[in-house]
Amino acid sequence: MGAMQMTFSDEKKPTPTSGKVKMAARDVKVFYGDNEAIHGVNMDIMENEVVAFIGPSGCGKSTFLRCLNRMNDTIDICRVTGKVTLDERDIYDKSLDVVQLRAQVGMVFQKPNPFPKSIYENIVYGPKLHGLVNSKSDMDEIVESSLQRAGLWKEVKDRLDSPGTGLSGGQQQRLCIARAIAVSPEVILMDEPCSALDPIATSIIEELIDELKGSYTIAIVTHNMQQAARVSDKTAFFHMGDLVEISETREIFTNPKDRRTEDYITGRFG
Amino acid sequence: MNKQRVDGHTSQAYDAEMNQVVNHVLEMGELVTQQVEKALQAFIHSDSALAQQVVEKDHLVNKMEVDIDNECVQILVRRQPAAGDLRAVIAVIKTIKDVERIGDQAKRIARLALKASESDQMMAPKEFNEFQTMGSRVLEMLRGAMQAFRKMDAEDALSVALLDKQIDNDYEAILRQNMTYMLEDPRNITRIVEMTWAGRAIERIGDHARNICEYTIYFVKGQDVRHQDDSVLEATVKGR
Repeated sequence: MGAMQMTFSDEKKPTPTSGKVKMAARDVKVFYGDNEAIHGVNMDIMENEVVAFIGPSGCGKSTFLRCLNRMNDTIDICRVTGKVTLDERDIYDKSLDVVQLRAQVGMVFQKPNPFPKSIYENIVYGPKLHGLVNSKSDMDEIVESSLQRAGLWKEVKDRLDSPGTGLSGGQQQRLCIARAIAVSPEVILMDEPCSALDPIATSIIEELIDELKGSYTIAIVTHNMQQAARVSDKTAFFHMGDLVEISETREIFTNPKDRRTEDYITGRFG
Repeated sequence: MNKQRVDGHTSQAYDAEMNQVVNHVLEMGELVTQQVEKALQAFIHSDSALAQQVVEKDHLVNKMEVDIDNECVQILVRRQPAAGDLRAVIAVIKTIKDVERIGDQAKRIARLALKASESDQMMAPKEFNEFQTMGSRVLEMLRGAMQAFRKMDAEDALSVALLDKQIDNDYEAILRQNMTYMLEDPRNITRIVEMTWAGRAIERIGDHARNICEYTIYFVKGQDVRHQDDSVLEATVKGR
């Protein structure tokens, strides 16, 4: 009879990342007019890692997230300085195709925002735009695989022609994730993706994030600290436009280094 | 940063809950310290009434442990504490387990005192000298451990934790001394064996007091220093 040996290791569970830097920010500053909203942020986001951005309202976490796929370009008075790279390529390079960038770095917003079209059309819209599909069978395939990955296929496969806006909030958010996935992104940015969802829909999205990180790199802004603790490998704490601390999530929530981080996560901010 | 706090939350109710749990631990520590003090007195003076009191009061210690555990569960479920608050709750849950075990050791000494009071073997007061020294030392250590917890002060906790070595030495000295007494006067063997058991209980109390100090260091510094040498404790507290 072989002896069963149990060992309890206090070694950190390694994050299943490739150890490759997927996106990097160097001295990133964001200005709204003359007002400097982000003060020189440096950050490495590793491939297949989930990084959560936390911090009080107005701390710059969403603004910084939006730098990662140049969504801030859409705001006239907004100016970004410093350097942001995706696979070592400067995403603010003049020669870079922004539409292509946003396919590579997809985004899911706070409020689910499906197009006022059928579920099917919501998914194929992006692939068509990017010329990723040529035939009906290509489209069928991408619709099924995207909805499968977003965990929505079983619920909607018999009503792909019904409007996306007719789904429940949680389903709509998964439809938006499926829509982002459909253009084969490498990074998915999520800006408070569960804040409009009930706890069940939230846990489905969180479960989905866990599955998706095998294939994508994910950055998520959340006001829900428990959510950051549950889903992320690393957590970044922003405060008044500064990145105060970024560290392994288990460290941040048990033994943060900076007093401001401790005060925020323990509810001591006045 | 060698101190911590459990208050200062935006939510005053949260502060109140945390302060309450800390105060209850201190009350439990106070009760257990009295139990140890009385048990030692009862043993040295073969005072059966006092010993009986200690045995009867032990259930109060047990009840406090259960009550404080419940308070901690409520904080965990309602507040989902993080960082220093989480470590405070974890430290409390562990601390009260050791405090409760100190209570058990006090009861053990009290039971030995009851036995002794029934025996007709009498010992000279001088034979209790070492025992009394060790007892005073463990009481000092226990009070110090609870004080460091109250102040949430890692440096205080460290200096108290280091006292455990002396108590271990005291115990070895008692073992050697008791061996001599037994050889000198075999009529007292039963009584001396009982004193050895009581000495062992005091030695265990020292270990528990050290554990309590280690939980305080964990709470304040965020480093788990259990099962480590003194040098690691010192580096942890003084290093950061």
